[in-house]
Parts: sequence; C-alpha cells; structure tokens
Amino acid sequence: MSGTFVGMPAFPTAARGALADTQLRHNLAHATHTIRDKRARVVAEVEDWEDLRLTGAALKESALRDLDRHLVDLEGALTARGATVHWARDAAEACAIVAEVARAHDADEVVKVKSMATQEIGLNEALAEQGIAAWETDLAELIVQLGEDLPSHILVPAIHRNRAEIREIFRDKMSAAGRAAPDDLTDDPAMLAGAARLHLREKFLRARVAVSGANFAVAETGTLVVVESEGNGRMCLTLPDVLVSVVGIEKVVPTWADLDAFLRLLPRSSTGERMNPYTSTWSGVTPGDGPQEVHVVLLDNGRTRALADSVGRQALRCIRCSACLNVCPVYERVGGHAYGSVYPGPIGAILNPLLRGTGEDPQVDSLPYASSLCGACFEVCPVRIDIPEVLVHLRSKVVDGHRGDRVPKAEAVAMKGAAYAFSDSRRLALAEKASGLAGRLFGRLGRTTLPGGRAAAGRIPGPGAAWTGARDLPAPPRESFRAWWKRTQEATRGTTDGGREDER
Amino acid sequence: MDRMRVALMVTCVNDAMFPDTGKAVVSLLRRLGVDVEFPQAQTCCAQPMVNTGYLDEAVPVVRTFVDAFAGYDAVVTPSGSCAGSARHQHSIVARRAGDRKLEAAVAETSPKVFELSEFLVDVLGVTDVDAYFPHRVTYHPTCHSLRMLGVGDRPRRLLEAVRGIRLTDLPGAEECCGFGGTFAVKNADTSVAMGADKARHVRETGAEVLVAGDNSCLMHIGGVLSRQQAGVRVMHLAEILAATEDSPSGHAPATSPATTPAEQIAGERA
Repeated sequence: MSGTFVGMPAFPTAARGALADTQLRHNLAHATHTIRDKRARVVAEVEDWEDLRLTGAALKESALRDLDRHLVDLEGALTARGATVHWARDAAEACAIVAEVARAHDADEVVKVKSMATQEIGLNEALAEQGIAAWETDLAELIVQLGEDLPSHILVPAIHRNRAEIREIFRDKMSAAGRAAPDDLTDDPAMLAGAARLHLREKFLRARVAVSGANFAVAETGTLVVVESEGNGRMCLTLPDVLVSVVGIEKVVPTWADLDAFLRLLPRSSTGERMNPYTSTWSGVTPGDGPQEVHVVLLDNGRTRALADSVGRQALRCIRCSACLNVCPVYERVGGHAYGSVYPGPIGAILNPLLRGTGEDPQVDSLPYASSLCGACFEVCPVRIDIPEVLVHLRSKVVDGHRGDRVPKAEAVAMKGAAYAFSDSRRLALAEKASGLAGRLFGRLGRTTLPGGRAAAGRIPGPGAAWTGARDLPAPPRESFRAWWKRTQEATRGTTDGGREDER
Repeated sequence: MDRMRVALMVTCVNDAMFPDTGKAVVSLLRRLGVDVEFPQAQTCCAQPMVNTGYLDEAVPVVRTFVDAFAGYDAVVTPSGSCAGSARHQHSIVARRAGDRKLEAAVAETSPKVFELSEFLVDVLGVTDVDAYFPHRVTYHPTCHSLRMLGVGDRPRRLLEAVRGIRLTDLPGAEECCGFGGTFAVKNADTSVAMGADKARHVRETGAEVLVAGDNSCLMHIGGVLSRQQAGVRVMHLAEILAATEDSPSGHAPATSPATTPAEQIAGERA
C-alpha cells in the first residue's frame, strides 16, 4: 500500500481485499476487542455517563448553531494574545499557509503532533513537494510514515500492524529517516518504544517549526487544546520556536468551562483511560516560554457544507475519539484502509460524504452503505451522533443524486418494483403466488435440505448469487401466510379485513 | 371500552418466506386469550426502501401501512426490525413526503406497534406462556430489537419460562450477525465474514436450535450454518413460545378460544 488514498476502489471491492488479509483480520480482532472492553469498563464506572453524553452533545450543538460568532471571537482572542490567525477554505489553501510559514523560517523540516486535520488535507505530501520534510512524532503515526503506509484508525493509525511487523519497519526504515534502530531490536513493546524515543528525540531538539492540530479551541480565551498519551505532542508544542496549528472550524467551544465535559468524555471513550496522560493548552504567545511565533489556520474544507445538512450536521460534534470504530463489526473485519480516507469506520462513513458531497464519486457514495446499521456506534458515541440515522439519510442523498440518470441502476428498478407491489396487498398476493410456484419447483428439483428439514432454494445465478454464494436460502413456501389466513381463518371469522369494512 | 383490538403485522418476509412464524404468533396469542386479527390490506413496513435510500418509494408503502392498521389498539409483530422501522422511520418518511395527513396518521399508528416480546411482557404482562420445548437453545438478540427498541431481557425471560428448554449463553451475543438488509448483498463479503463469526459462536454453545426475534437475521445466520452442515437449526422466538406438548410445531389452531389475559386487561381498561 502506497501513501495515498486517491484512486481507492469503492468499499465492497476494497473490503474484499482486506477480508482476505489474514494477519489484518487477526490484528484487528485482537486490537478492537481490547480497546472496546477497556472502554466499556471505564465508562461503566461513571454513574452519570448518559447525562455527560447529553451535556457533550448539547454543548457542541449550541456551539455549532452560533459557529460564525464563536469563530470571530476565537480569532479576536487569539490575535489579542499574539497569535496570527489564517482562514483556509480548502486543503490547498491550508497547506499553502503552512508551507509559507515554514519557508519564511528557511525550514526544510517540521515536527508534527498527531493531527487528523493535517492528514485530511494531505499536508505531509504538500510540504514534501516544497522540499520540506514533515516528521510524524506520534508513535503510531511514525510507524505508518516509516512503513510508507496509510493510517487505518483515527486514534491508533497503525492498529493493523502487530509488534513483529513494527520491529521489521523500524529495523528496515529508521536509518533512512534519522537515527537508526539498535541492532539487537526485538519486538518487545518497551524496546520498540525506546527505539522510537531515541529516534524522535533528535528531531524534537533539531526542528525549529512544529505543526499541530487541536482537539478543542476555546473562543473565550483563545486557547487551543491538545490531548495525547505519549508526550511527543508536548515536545512539539514547547521546543520549536514556531508553531502552526491547523484547526477545523468545528473544534470551537465557546468557553473554558465547556472543556470540563469533553475532557471527561474523550479519554474514556478513546483510549479507555480515566484521564489522558498529557493535556496541553496554550493561548497565543507567552513571552520567553514556548514558541514565540504562533499561527492558527482555521480550516473549512467541507465543514460548512456538512453544517448546511440539517440531519448530517450532527457529525460535526465528533471529537475524534474513535469509539465507533472500535465497536463496529464492519470495521473490525475490514480495517480502515477499505474506507479510502483518513476517517474510516462509522464516523468516516458519514463524515466523508458530508465533507465531500454525494452523487459524484462512486467511492464516496459507497461509504454510507458500508454498515449493517447495527447501531453499536450510536450507543458508544460520547456526543450522541446518531450515525445510523445519518447513514440512512446519506443513502437517500446518494439515491436522489442518481434519480436523473438516463439508465437507472438495477437496484433502483427493483426498489420501484417492490414499492409497486407493497403499495397494494392484492399485488403482493400475486407476487407471493408466483414465489409459491417457484417454491414448488425448488421442492421438486432442489437437492439441499436445511437443518430442520425445509427445502433450500439451491444456488441462484445472477444477483442472487451474492446471497447463495456463501449462504443457503430456504425455498419459498408453497403458501404465503396471507393465503393461509384467507383459506383457513377468513371463513370461520366471516370478515375480510379484520372487521374494519364497516368502520370506513 | 370493548375488548382490545389487536392486529398481527406479520411482515413481508414472514408472509412470503416464513408463514409458520405468523401461524405461531396466532396460535400463541389465542392461547393467551387474544383474538388477533390479520388486516389483509397490510404489505410491508417499508424498511427495505428506507434503509437502501429510496425514501420516495417508501411513501406509498407507509401509507398502505397506516391505512391497514388504523383503528387497532395494538399492532403486534414478530420482528424487532420491522417494529423499529414503524416506530422510528415512518415519521421520517412522512415528513419528507410533506404530507401532513400522513404525518398525523403515522403519529397515531407508530406508538401502537409492539415487537412480540414487548407485547407479551409489557401489554399482556406474562412471561410464562405455558410453552414446552425440550431442546438445547441459544438466543441471539438482534440489533434492532436490542438497540433500536430496547427489548432488553424480555425474550430471555420468556424463554427461561419455557418447560424443558435448556438455554445456553451465546458468546458475543450483542454483536451484529451481518445481515443488515440490502447490506447482505451489497456488501456480501463483509456480511458473510460477520455471519461466519456469529455461526462459530453459535456452534460453540453446543445448541441444537438458534432462536431470535427476527427471521431476516435468522435466514442469514441459518444460511451460513446450513452451508456448514453445522447441525443447528434456526427458529423464531414465536415458534418456540407457541410449541406445546400437544402441538410441538406450534402452528395455529383453526378456531379461536376465548380465555384469559387479554380479556382481563380489556376488563381493567373498561
């Protein structure tokens, strides 16, 4: 896998490849269940968890309702505290701003705090084009970067790798990027972390420009917040002279007090910790302490498009905890790459179409269908994003986007046919009569018997093969329930419609 | 008030593919004294259209639904998924159609729709339905009954009261089986991967019968188990609850008796 999601096939095709990767299946099943169980344990400790979720959702909802005002307040507070605020409509504008800052300091490298926004805009690739190396310093991001791989999880981007694979990546690739891994490197987690620590330490001490995202941006005080586990973020945020933070506009919260709920919701939901090890906050420039030049890039890149969608806008509440990924039965089996985006899993299945629009790219349009609608994601979401509701809504947008097609899809024809039959019970009865006849035929010709004794339909060609390729299908019964009722019950009851005829 | 008027919403899948489940509900409810009716104008809850994104196509189907079930005190269905569709999705369809009359009709019908275990435990107030089923059984809580409706332990309590049953816990019970409606064919590979894990868990229990409240999910898991020649059959909850020593298959008798719980409730309400 190379370092780009561009040109990825639609989800069903990408998933087929991932499902065949036995190591991936094994690594993911282990990792997702471990984090899932850990989250469940620490969430169960909080008596008022549901109230906390409601609070988190309400705070984000109200912040989004007056987003314009809060953003202007944020800009004012940041500027007053010595930061420079930039506004970026899209990825290209945001990348150009970061590159310009680096160039102004003649930097040929930057160190990076783990950040989804910079992944989303493809910052590393954009900087590389300008001859600027962007070094990921989060351990998992480092593994992905050294392995010339792609992230497959929001929180644990190298979740698809196990420690043997990580050892091989460090052994083979570290030397080209800086300090080499020790010769006697084993797959012991402490030793792997030690090798990464020494490798990264060089970069922290050398770099003059750092790039980060932010988990939250407090409008009232002009404070950015980064929540992390490893301390690499703290290094980036304090050691270099120049700091550029790329922040999605939906990260804004009105007041400092609003952080209370989120700093309790986020760690338990994401890493399954009661409190995350490092919470860094900074407000502009503090003379003589930390970076002396601070830039904040406020990024739209499709967020206002999502905000305009009355059902979909709840996705902007997302605090990137990835609880929905860890609990998702689809994600657990196919992993993150199949979603073709830095945002995989259930949240990715709604966020990508919301940010990028539906009806144009078949890959994006395949994402809302990458779910069995089991609802596990909604149940764990700390800000109560009703992901199944948004998935169904986006499916309707995908369908509506193709209503004008000159040649309708077979599925559209089938759905129109079903709607026709389901709009009148007499039509449905006719269809069931036909399926009953088919059932008789299967009964006579079929060779398969289901456990319990019922005849199976056998293997069906064409679209039906998607079912019968791996699953038996019962042969249709000779008589539908409706026909049975009419034959055996109606006569004894003497009414045709449950006694309703006289009430009409 | 007259006696409670109860309609069976059999669902399109049961109507066309699993009529025995419908017959079992009729048999069971009559045994409990409910004179259940089958409004023959009913077709489908429209969930296949809604969940695939065809909301315009769902409008006439929802209209058929509310017309068929208007005027009943309760609508009972042997499907958590279809009950969820009626309770949570019909209003979305009606709103989108911009049809105020339909919205009002949906608001009237939706809250009266009960999944079978909800109706038995909450409305009739029974958990022991006097069933007899001497087999080793494991129960899979389907996603929509579990997470959309929140039926909780109602099906389990009903099963525990069945005479002769040996109920074993299903590992990873709350994980989705991978059916997911059109997901099962649109993303067949992923669906089957999920189904294979569910089937493995079912086999681990050593059960002879897998029971659930949705035949669509059972068709999927049962299809995988059958292809594996696993020696496990699938049965709808209604069929186990309907089974007695005299009628192990649980199918409906031809006539309706006139007995207890429903009449009592009607009496209390009056």
